[in-house]
Amino acid sequence: MKRRQEKLITNIIRIAGSSSILFIMLIFFFLMREGLPALTEVKLSDLFSTRWYPIEDLFGILPLLSGSLIVTVFSILIALPLGVGTAIYIGEIAPKSVNEVLKPTIEILAGIPSVVLGFLGILVLSPLMRETFNLPTGLTAFTGAFLLALISIPTIVSIAEDAIYAVPNTYRDAAYALGASKWQVIWNVVLPAARSGILTAVMLGVGRSLGETMAVMMVTGNAPTVFRGLDSFIAPVRTMTATIASEMGEVASGSLHYHVLFFIGIILFVFSLIINVSSSSTLAKRTAKSRAKMVS
Amino acid sequence: MKTMNGDFWGNQRLNKNAVQSIGFNFIRFIALITVLPILGIVFYITIKGTSAISWEFLTAMPRDGMRAGGILPAIVGTFYLMLGTAAFSIPLGLAAGIYLSEYSEDNAWTRLLRVAIISLAGVPSVVYGLFGLGLFVLFFKFGISILSASLTLSIMTLPVIISTTEEALRSVPYQFRIVGISLGGTQWQTIRKVILPQALPGIVTGIILGLERAVGETAPILFTGATFFLPRLPSSPLDATMALPYHIFVISTQVPGMPVEIQYGTVLVLMVFVLGMNLIASLIRSRARAKRQW
Repeated sequence: MKRRQEKLITNIIRIAGSSSILFIMLIFFFLMREGLPALTEVKLSDLFSTRWYPIEDLFGILPLLSGSLIVTVFSILIALPLGVGTAIYIGEIAPKSVNEVLKPTIEILAGIPSVVLGFLGILVLSPLMRETFNLPTGLTAFTGAFLLALISIPTIVSIAEDAIYAVPNTYRDAAYALGASKWQVIWNVVLPAARSGILTAVMLGVGRSLGETMAVMMVTGNAPTVFRGLDSFIAPVRTMTATIASEMGEVASGSLHYHVLFFIGIILFVFSLIINVSSSSTLAKRTAKSRAKMVS
Repeated sequence: MKTMNGDFWGNQRLNKNAVQSIGFNFIRFIALITVLPILGIVFYITIKGTSAISWEFLTAMPRDGMRAGGILPAIVGTFYLMLGTAAFSIPLGLAAGIYLSEYSEDNAWTRLLRVAIISLAGVPSVVYGLFGLGLFVLFFKFGISILSASLTLSIMTLPVIISTTEEALRSVPYQFRIVGISLGGTQWQTIRKVILPQALPGIVTGIILGLERAVGETAPILFTGATFFLPRLPSSPLDATMALPYHIFVISTQVPGMPVEIQYGTVLVLMVFVLGMNLIASLIRSRARAKRQW
């Protein structure tokens, strides 16, 4: 009786516990089912052209790819030094009492919904942009990149901090014994030793920026333009995510436009898969290590 | 170390110390400009939003094209979505966490499961929206409803709950399991009566943080459950609903002539909702840490 019950429960846990495999396959399957028809309905050369104008059946996704790329690259340029710098401060420099305030504050940022940041972007940041740079509109790629930097900073800080923490103390002691200053230890020993983890942090930050939707849609002006040089940073752009979010509500299901939007979803899904799975190998190594620490 | 740097090295040491103080101050500066905007955002919204908050604002229906009255349907809707998400994501997340921590062996299936969870964690929120539209709204014909939106948000929340549950269970010392088994308990009895209670604070923290994220999300519910305006409260899981994040999007981009006060008030309500959950999670975590005997 007890045995049968035990077996039943074990099986339930096994099956329910493995549901994630089913879900990721379902996501893949449904994106493909709704998105792949776009490839037969639109010529490939039209799909990868430079005009996105669905009303006239022009579905060139290059401006959207370019828009996503611009805001993501720029946001990482802002978030990388801030995020890694803050992680160094938390891991190596700050006294414990400061960290007790600093860490929860970063967690607060992680909790602020992106729609709230987008709202402040519209009301506060974009007027500021318009006046500072004397632009026709403050809804620009840069405004979006700035918000994306805020959104990806918590991810970068927490993973970079883990990476710094995982550097064995023996490394630091050896460097001190050779007469290095604390700064030299950080710069020449800890950072190089943590570089794979920091790279992971940056990649996951890129993933967050690329997939972020609401904040970007609200502040980038949503004009589908292709990258034209530095001017594009202070001009409106439109990202892949914003295009899906703003247009999916208005299209008839099964229409050409509908299929193309799902096709853009496939592109986003594949990007996120590549980023996450490739960075997971470094993450997995680290969990194995910390597990070993726990057992001993 | 200082004695090693005698006179002979004096010159270099000065140099080294100067570099160090520049470097430290630079890093301190970076940390400061990372934190300042966060505090700025929280204070700014609190100050600008407080004047809108009144009993009526929290408990009345919107009036006058949402430019007056309250935001009750959005608050209630967000609450329903949270409950719906909890109902689906907690059991599945717990099962997966228990499985990974207590039952799984290091084989191909477990590795596949881990890859799946990592992949789920990275899927962009708007892609969850597409998926929810394709599977729940259209294929299962649940329509644009609380049910579809909750299911979509649940799958998005799963990775957070799974990984925190697994971590909390793994942090319970191995001896607890040995004692449970040696007292004649089965593996499940040991897990349920010994391991789970010990790991509970960590698990609850993870669940709250996962739900916090779900509550603040907009993109996954855009085409699965959110509606622009509802003059009443949703009465069944198959009703569409208003929700705070989507409402903020609507009143800041789609409604012309929206009073700024109401906008900031709505944002403040969502912030209190989300940061309140964050606070509860940290309190549980720190209290459990203080009480822990191992």
